[in-house]
Amino acid sequence: MGQVQASGITAIIDNPDRETELLIGIAQRILDRARQGGADQAEVGISSSLAREVGVRLGEIEVLEEARDRGVRVTVYRNHCSGSASTGDLRPDVIDECVDRALAIARHTQPDKACGLANPEWMAREFPDLDLWHPADLGIQDLIDRALIMEQAGRDADERIGNSEGASVSTEAGIGVYANSHGFIGSSRGTRHSQSCVLIARDDSGMQRDYDWDSSRRFEALARPEETGTGAARRVLRRLGARRVPTGPVPVLFAPEVARGLIGHMVGAVSGGNLYRRSSYLLDSVGDVVLPEWATLIEQPRLPGGPASACYDGDGVATRESALVADGKLLRYVLSNYSARRLGLTTTANAGGVRNLTLAGPSRSPEQLMAEMDTGLLITEVMGQGVNLVTGDYSRGAAGLWVENGEIAWPAEEITIAGHLRDMLGNLRGAGSDIDQRRSIRVGSLLVDRMVVAGQ
Amino acid sequence: MFEIARAQLLDASGLGQSEIELAMGRLAGQGIDLGDLYFQRRVREGWMLEDGSVRQGNWDVDQGVGVRAIAGAGTGFAYADSISLPALLDAADSARAITRSGKTGQVRVQQSALARQRYGEQDPTGQGQPSDRVELLRTIDAYVRSLDQRVSQVSVNLSASHEAIVVASTDGVLTGDVRPLVRLDIRVLMEEGDRREQGFSGGGGRFALEDLMDPETWQTFASQAVRQGAINLTAEAAPAGHMTVVLGPGWPGVLLHEAIGHGLEGDFNRKGISAFSDRIGERVATEECTIVDDGTLEQRRGSLNIDDEGTPSGCTTLIENGRLVGYMQDKLNARLMGVQPTGNGRRESFAHLPMPRMTNTYMLPGKHDPGEIIASVEDGIYAVNFNGGQVDITSGKFVFAASEAYRIRNGKLGGAIKGATLIGNGPDVLTRVGMVGNDLELDSGVGVCGKEGQSVPVGVGQPTLRIDGLTVGGTA
Repeated sequence: MGQVQASGITAIIDNPDRETELLIGIAQRILDRARQGGADQAEVGISSSLAREVGVRLGEIEVLEEARDRGVRVTVYRNHCSGSASTGDLRPDVIDECVDRALAIARHTQPDKACGLANPEWMAREFPDLDLWHPADLGIQDLIDRALIMEQAGRDADERIGNSEGASVSTEAGIGVYANSHGFIGSSRGTRHSQSCVLIARDDSGMQRDYDWDSSRRFEALARPEETGTGAARRVLRRLGARRVPTGPVPVLFAPEVARGLIGHMVGAVSGGNLYRRSSYLLDSVGDVVLPEWATLIEQPRLPGGPASACYDGDGVATRESALVADGKLLRYVLSNYSARRLGLTTTANAGGVRNLTLAGPSRSPEQLMAEMDTGLLITEVMGQGVNLVTGDYSRGAAGLWVENGEIAWPAEEITIAGHLRDMLGNLRGAGSDIDQRRSIRVGSLLVDRMVVAGQ
Repeated sequence: MFEIARAQLLDASGLGQSEIELAMGRLAGQGIDLGDLYFQRRVREGWMLEDGSVRQGNWDVDQGVGVRAIAGAGTGFAYADSISLPALLDAADSARAITRSGKTGQVRVQQSALARQRYGEQDPTGQGQPSDRVELLRTIDAYVRSLDQRVSQVSVNLSASHEAIVVASTDGVLTGDVRPLVRLDIRVLMEEGDRREQGFSGGGGRFALEDLMDPETWQTFASQAVRQGAINLTAEAAPAGHMTVVLGPGWPGVLLHEAIGHGLEGDFNRKGISAFSDRIGERVATEECTIVDDGTLEQRRGSLNIDDEGTPSGCTTLIENGRLVGYMQDKLNARLMGVQPTGNGRRESFAHLPMPRMTNTYMLPGKHDPGEIIASVEDGIYAVNFNGGQVDITSGKFVFAASEAYRIRNGKLGGAIKGATLIGNGPDVLTRVGMVGNDLELDSGVGVCGKEGQSVPVGVGQPTLRIDGLTVGGTA
């Protein structure tokens, strides 16, 4: 094995093929050393990324950051015992020490029949271009100018916006390699460009803060900076004068930015780790009704340009399009190779989670959903950790807008919303067409039939 | 400690005084108010037991150097994930892009006076044998299962980390620290009929792994986890609405961390975006309330000898007899606000920028017996354990989620209620503190605070508190 040199800071963008080769070389070195050290099987994941980020506040530069992150994690298996080690320092001596440490740990852990690599036949064999790599030729000044325009547009929107927490723009390119002792070597690359703006508004009622953001694989596909700035302004202004609502049961409309969390909780409850630990309110639920009959959830891991797209999962297993829920019924769990074995099942290629899960079925505009709700609460923010996946009990802090006769009446805050996830999701009254494409769980607004709101 | 840190971080990479001063010279040019280098190496070791056997073990090492240049309120930042002179100089050149001036300066650093030691320098990742850790986890598993036959799942995590840092900055500081940190977590799932509930307990701090391996320590955690799970099996729906809430001592101090602490961090106040901005001297709590942030407690999870900018750790009074008296500061915000740094400049790692962060935040004890406090409540809840919380520092609204709570009726503790989120308004919640207990406790050492994507270990504490009006997010 030749020298493993720290490559120059822009190598990822200038020559991604060379950087990929470098990472593959390191992966092979690790697998060789693991085998020589007595491992029956081994796997390694390596990532390398470069990010530039600028932040401005009140028209001045606040931070310029250049972030070069690398990391390697190796896991070895020996007589059904596993050991794992990681480092961010890719120098050969450090990497060798990592492999040796992982091997040493595997001498002490106890046998686990579920551990080890996935079946070799399941490894990904084809690697179509998923349209994820769009590096942008941007200097620091380009990023600064964009951030300044964004913040200024937000601050100019209304005189009540007298302060700002700043605007930021970042561009990131990353390369990942996963290899294992079956001889599988996979590599992936992707870019992500992001912008966000956080504004502060004040009036006699007090001070409020809110933000807007956008993110895309392609820099050109980002919202115009003025849109994100004025979006933040619109969001913060509508919070001014917020108050508590009376305690009692009401219908609740979750805006897309919080609706995806509801689907996320359900995904968590049908994920292998929580199932084999019996820490889920959806044990033995395949075939059960978990959503209304009109709702279908489809996972599209190879969606071109998707936020979570990948040809293989964290075990090297080929990904494929597959429904999770059809006509309201749960069709399968969300399993890695390990959790599947713990449950006596077969992996669903979900090591690392779900990838581009979309809610399909009939949808309506958010205005129509509000009209159907008539009087209730539109939630735009949830706070805290009050979600118990073991029992399904849900109780969180929230902020949003009180709706009367289908129209926004006044802003609400310092309230909690509580219910049970099974009822909240099972009795959904409708889904919005305002699907948020920026995240791995792609849903629009969701109208929950009834929750208990606590306020005054 | 400095000698140990220097040997690990600088000597091992061939960096001496002259190399440090060369890199600092590039940060000390025209227009730069402060520049610093932060060398760090952290080794972590973890073992996990699940379903009766130790199935996973991890060993992780990270090291690198972060370079920062501050001009006015602006910061240039870059880092390298290996420690060498070329990488250091590259990062310094990137960081100083914050000013357009290319002029460099000269810096002399010398070792700063030693801060008082709040914890030992021993490396818990190197102590004892791996087989002892595996055996301990199996012993704990068997013990937990012996406590209650309704226990169906036990998971135990044991982790140890050892961190060495060296800080050199253009204000002349050259110092270092060596920080041990250990932690044990016990989680149980209990089943009875159709019901399943969980219980959790754990703790740790900046001390040797042997202290956690002491049966008295882990048996206490085990009993607490099982007790909590058993209580939750009987819990009924929590009430919804605005009511009197009594908070138990210790970990419920997460209230102070969220409601008060974050809002008193210097950066939010310098920018005028905290609900506490420009309120120094004002009454924000009842007279019985005095709250401090104290990084100097011996061996506590949130304690530091020096912060991540080299400032010796301190005890900062935030609220004194109900009046707001101080903010927590790092160097950047202290300079811009014209005050002294308070030893609260912390960062997750060399790859993150420092900012004002809490250490151990707690309220001093009052005069009431905890029994007397509960007896004073006609109708309310008593919450003794929490999952954690969150705050919007601008509106002041904060939440924290109870994981163990009881009904209080006519001054008597009633049955257990299901976990519920509590929500309040930071600037006025402490104006409704009706009684402060004489039973100050600090938490057992499990706190992790997140801010702008960075996590750091913290501690919290408080005596029993009665709050006359907080919104409880139940369903009943």
